[in-house]
Order: sequence, then C-alpha cells, then structure tokens
Amino acid sequence: MRRVSLPLWLISGLLYIFMYAPIAVVIVFSFNSAKHGGPWMGFTTQWYGKLLDSSDKIAATENTIILAVVSTAIATVLGTLLGYGLSRYWFPGKKLFSLLMYIPVVIPDIVMAVAMLAFFDLVSSLLGWFNMGLTTMTIAHITFQIPFVAIVVRSRLVGMDPAIEEAAHDLGASTWQTFWGVTFPLMLPGVLAGAMLAFTLSLDDFVVSFFTTGPGATTLPILIYSSVKRGITPDINALSTLIVLASVVGTVGVTLLQRPRQPSGG
Amino acid sequence: MAKKKGEVKFGEQLTVGGHLSRSVVTSGPGIFWVTVFLLVPLVWIGVVSFLTRGEVGGYGKPFTFENYTRFAGFGFFGFDLLYPQIIFRSLVLGAGTAGFCMLAALPLAFFIAGMPARYKNTALTLVLIPFWTNLLIRTYAWQIILAPESPITHLAVALGLTTAGSPLYPSAMAIYIGMVCDYLPFLVLPLYSSVEKIDWSIAEAASDLGADKLRVFWHAILPQVTPGLVAGIVLVFIPATGQFVIPDLLGGAKTVMMGNAIQQQFLQSRDWPFGSAIAFIGMGIVLVGLWVYARFSGEKGGELL
Repeated sequence: MRRVSLPLWLISGLLYIFMYAPIAVVIVFSFNSAKHGGPWMGFTTQWYGKLLDSSDKIAATENTIILAVVSTAIATVLGTLLGYGLSRYWFPGKKLFSLLMYIPVVIPDIVMAVAMLAFFDLVSSLLGWFNMGLTTMTIAHITFQIPFVAIVVRSRLVGMDPAIEEAAHDLGASTWQTFWGVTFPLMLPGVLAGAMLAFTLSLDDFVVSFFTTGPGATTLPILIYSSVKRGITPDINALSTLIVLASVVGTVGVTLLQRPRQPSGG
Repeated sequence: MAKKKGEVKFGEQLTVGGHLSRSVVTSGPGIFWVTVFLLVPLVWIGVVSFLTRGEVGGYGKPFTFENYTRFAGFGFFGFDLLYPQIIFRSLVLGAGTAGFCMLAALPLAFFIAGMPARYKNTALTLVLIPFWTNLLIRTYAWQIILAPESPITHLAVALGLTTAGSPLYPSAMAIYIGMVCDYLPFLVLPLYSSVEKIDWSIAEAASDLGADKLRVFWHAILPQVTPGLVAGIVLVFIPATGQFVIPDLLGGAKTVMMGNAIQQQFLQSRDWPFGSAIAFIGMGIVLVGLWVYARFSGEKGGELL
C-alpha cells in the first residue's frame, strides 16, 4: 500500500473544503435569523416552519417527485429494452442509430432544451397537442434519460459472458425462459444503476425543465432559480438544506447498498 | 457481426428476419422516442435558424441567411463581433474549467486511491455527495460566500487579490470558481477509476532505471490514467461550454456566455430564428471540438466516443 504524503493530504483537504463550502454555507444560513440574508443575526428554525405553510414550495416538491418517478419509470423500461436490443440484435442503420444515444451526452443541455421548446411549440400550433406543463416536461426528461439508461445497461451486457446464456439454451431453455431466468437477473444491477442515474438526472435538471414547462408547473430547481434571481432568502436556504439532506441520505444509502459486493472497498 | 445469416449468437440461431423483428420490439420504442423528441427537434431548430422573425415574436418564411450573417457581425449598427466573441468566451470558459478541474482532480484521485481500504469508500462518497447535490444550490451559495460583506471578500481585499471597490461577485472569476466547484466531481470520478487500475510495477521499474519523480509521473503514470482523464475532460467541457445558470447567477452583464445568449433570444427577445442560429453554431463548434479532441486523444478516448 502506498502512503499518502503530507502535501497530498493538505491539498486534498483544501479541495474537499472547496467542494463543501457552498453546501456548508447554505446549511448555516438556513438557521440565520436575519430576514434578508446578510450577516449572522442569531440562531432560528423559523424558516423551516415557514416552509410547511408555503403552498408553492409544497406544490413544487410534489411536481419534482411526480416528474422524476414517472419519467424514470418510463425511461428505464424503454432504455433497458434499447440497451438490450442494441447489444443483441442487428438491423439496418444500427451504427447510425447507436450514435443517437450519444446526443444527450455530447450536446449542451441548453441546445436540447430550446430544440424541444421549439418542437413542442410547433406541434401545439399545428395539431393543438402538448400544452406546456408537467406533461411536456415529463416527455423531455424521458428523452434525455433513455440514452443514459441504455448506455449503462448495454455496457453491463457487453461485459457479460455469452457462455452463460449459451448454456441455458443448450439445456433446452426457450428465448423467453433464458431472458427472464438468466439474462435479466444478470443485467438487473445495470438496470438499477441506470434507473438511479435517470432519477437523479431528473431531480437535478433545471435547464430542460425551465424551457419545457408552462404556467403552473414549477419544479424545485425552477423555484430556487426564480427565487434566487430576486435575491436569496432564508427560506430558500432552508428548502435547499432539506434537498441537500435528501441527496446526502440518498448517496450514502446507495453507497452502503453497494458495499457488500466489494468488501475490500473496491 | 450478427448480420451474417445463421450465425449462432448467445446460443441462438437467428435469421435476418428474426433480428429485425426482435429489434423492432426491443430497440424500436427507444429509438422512436429519441428520434421524435430529440432528433426531429434538433433538425427543426436547424430549419428555424433559416427563417425570418415575425412581427409579434413568431417566425415564418421567407428563408434567409440573415441570422447567420447577423451572427458573424453584419448587423443593423455596422460590423460588430459580439456573437463570435460570446462563443469564443464560452469555449475559453469550457476549456478553462476543464483545465482547472484537471489540476484539482489529479491530487484528489491519487489521494482517494492511496487511502487505506477502510477509508477509501468514505473519501469517495465525500466526492459523490456534491456530485449528487443540486447544481443550482451549490452555485447560488457562492453569491453568499463572495458577497461584499463576507469574510472571504475581506480576506481577498486584505491579500490584495481584489480592491474593496470591485466585488468578487458578479465577475468572471466568480464564474470560474463556481464552475470548478460544480464540475470537479465529474473529473474526479472517471480519473479515480483509472488511478485504481494503475500498474505500479511500471512506475517502480521506471524509478529503478533511474528516472526522477517527475519523469516517473510523466512517462509511467500519466499515460496509464489518460483514459479517465480524456473521459473526464469531455464530461466537464461540454456542459461547461453551454452553461447558462452559473454565468447567469455569478457573472454580471459583461460576461454573457453562449447559454445566456440563446436563453435571451428564446425567452426575452423572442427572436427564435436568431436563437436557433446561435444554438446551432454553438452545437456545431462543440461537436467539431469533440471530434478533433477524439482524434488527438486517439485510441485512449476510443471507449467514450
């Protein structure tokens, strides 16, 4: 085992502080009794109490969760099928269509966002479909989630030993039986990882939501953005602290779940 | 290739028709969805970028190159390189962010990899937490940290880094601070997985053969972590170049980036054809940049692109 030298300790420590400074500041200031931010005026928990009374923040939380759950469910099904299909079956133009999957990875999200806005606007003026709101946001999220799920699932399948499935077939299992009895259980970790990635991408997304939403459908990131544009208020810090707390619990929970499979720590 | 008729793959013999019908069922829905809701919209804004802006914010015929000539600087008020400058500034921001993130990620990745097994997961999770924490929250917090009355600002003034009159925020420096802070985990994670795979016997051999520490790092260690570095740089460069939230929250009116320019045309000025032209040019430049980068990094970046 190589030792970590003292300068490396110091530099890394400073970098961790740098990464955590904004998170720490938001948490500390959520307990600051000063009304308009600014210097420290004393400890209070009143901003957390205020959150419960504000219906717009509760509605935004509901929207964010509905959006993330629905889009992740649909994108996981479609993305898993896509990842499986691309790794197993041939069709004309497959190479070209495989490139499609990389679009959300290689183009800036603002370009994707305005393109979807222009598209929804076009379809609604031509056909009268798609009123901008929760539905258009959900469609938009599914669109950028599918490729990420497919990429994760496909890389899991590519790393799998084909002999396992061959053995199942040789022993007389049908395609359907092999898929559900052998392939699916083996690719499940990839499916779960893809679903988790899709879920977090949806929760964190601001740009695509901001452009594809309509009046009345606000998510937490949009709410935070528009509040911060008017000036940071203590209740936004309280709301952000709760979101940070949820992220910490989520991240640590997932890390602990993954741990038993790698007892030596990777 | 599975294309060959009758070839046995995964224990099954499939005809071309079998491949096609199974592709339709498995790949079909996903490809259909992404084509309709992403590829068609991207092609559509390409079309819109050649249309003319309407009277009340809409757009329509005739077809024109005006949006592109206006972008290139031939505007209403004579020649003005505003938009090429904005794109250039965004590319510098994307490259600069990737560069600073790389400098910071190298020590961090080696630090985590060098930790005793018991603490390694903790050190890694400490990078994952900011990674999964909403970017908006981590960005607006810098407004508080860099505010005129904050201790950091007082310290910066005392050290002579800035004068009391010129605030740390909003400024180009604030944008860079926010960017590096937000995107650092994107580079640490792929780099760390490369560092974990390093074959240290190569470094030892180099050292035994008389190479000094710098040469060992440059010739025996760095080449081994290039795949992670290449992937991480792309993961930082693309979103950083198109960022509009971070410049919007931390930069002033003087630091308009590509993302802000597109947003302004679509939401405030409601000049969608011109906004589409900026988006299309920006996307094109990022893709060309990636392509050049992929060529330069050659085989090493092959697994990503």
